[in-house]
Amino acid sequence: MVELVAKSPCAGLLPLNIGEVVASEVAPGAMTALAPYAGRAEALSQALEAAHGMALPAPGHSTLGAEGARVLWFGREMALMMGPAPDSGLAAHAAVSDQSDAWAVVRLDGPGAADVLARLTPLDLRAGVFETGQTARTELAHMAASVTRVGAESFVLMVFRAFAETLVHDLKIAMQGVAARREG
Amino acid sequence: MRITCPLCGERDRREFTYVGDAVFLERPAPQAGPDAWDDYLHNRDNPAGETRDLWYHETGCAAWLVVTRDTVTHAVHRVELARDVKEGGHAD
Repeated sequence: MVELVAKSPCAGLLPLNIGEVVASEVAPGAMTALAPYAGRAEALSQALEAAHGMALPAPGHSTLGAEGARVLWFGREMALMMGPAPDSGLAAHAAVSDQSDAWAVVRLDGPGAADVLARLTPLDLRAGVFETGQTARTELAHMAASVTRVGAESFVLMVFRAFAETLVHDLKIAMQGVAARREG
Repeated sequence: MRITCPLCGERDRREFTYVGDAVFLERPAPQAGPDAWDDYLHNRDNPAGETRDLWYHETGCAAWLVVTRDTVTHAVHRVELARDVKEGGHAD
């Protein structure tokens, strides 16, 4: 009998270590899109808090839970929970859809990580504007993406799984460019 | 050109898609007659000055926006969620 082995979106592509910046794949656990029904955002937030210890984040922000769990604001009236399997009670307040395996999740760390991203996205990445914990839906090398700052020099990037190879390719070119600049 | 999305803040134009005149929000009643429908479908003003467009924040929050801007000065005066405009949520 054939044994099927689950393959992560960036399997064989990451990690990349160029200059002082490291790109590595993240195993985010379950990913669940939560789209609150009309007028139910507050109720959803309370249910999320009760079940998972995380409130619904305001636009552009994320909330952290236990053991690396995170809820990202993910667009107009949309949030993405990463980590725990969703509590069944959430479905009373929101459309709940499983997004696990649908996104390539990449972490970019190191001095110059923001410089690498600045070559790929029009987003204002300055620390005073885009602080740790803030998140954005934006464009990354012409792909619809999610960018979250998780530390002073750390970002989590997400694109649709089918674009994993493109993302890694564009990250690699940008990382090489930044590394060459910083050496000079 | 930068557009300040009510949800995402100030963003580059390339995140947005231009859709057309905001008259699309004012769809006539089915029985409104051929003149109203002709106006709605085909006739557009081409003002030198203030104009209202629908934009879609395609690679951002995916919201539909009503952008009030000036075609002479290129100033963007106001950006609102189309839902708020449509449902009268904002005293304009």
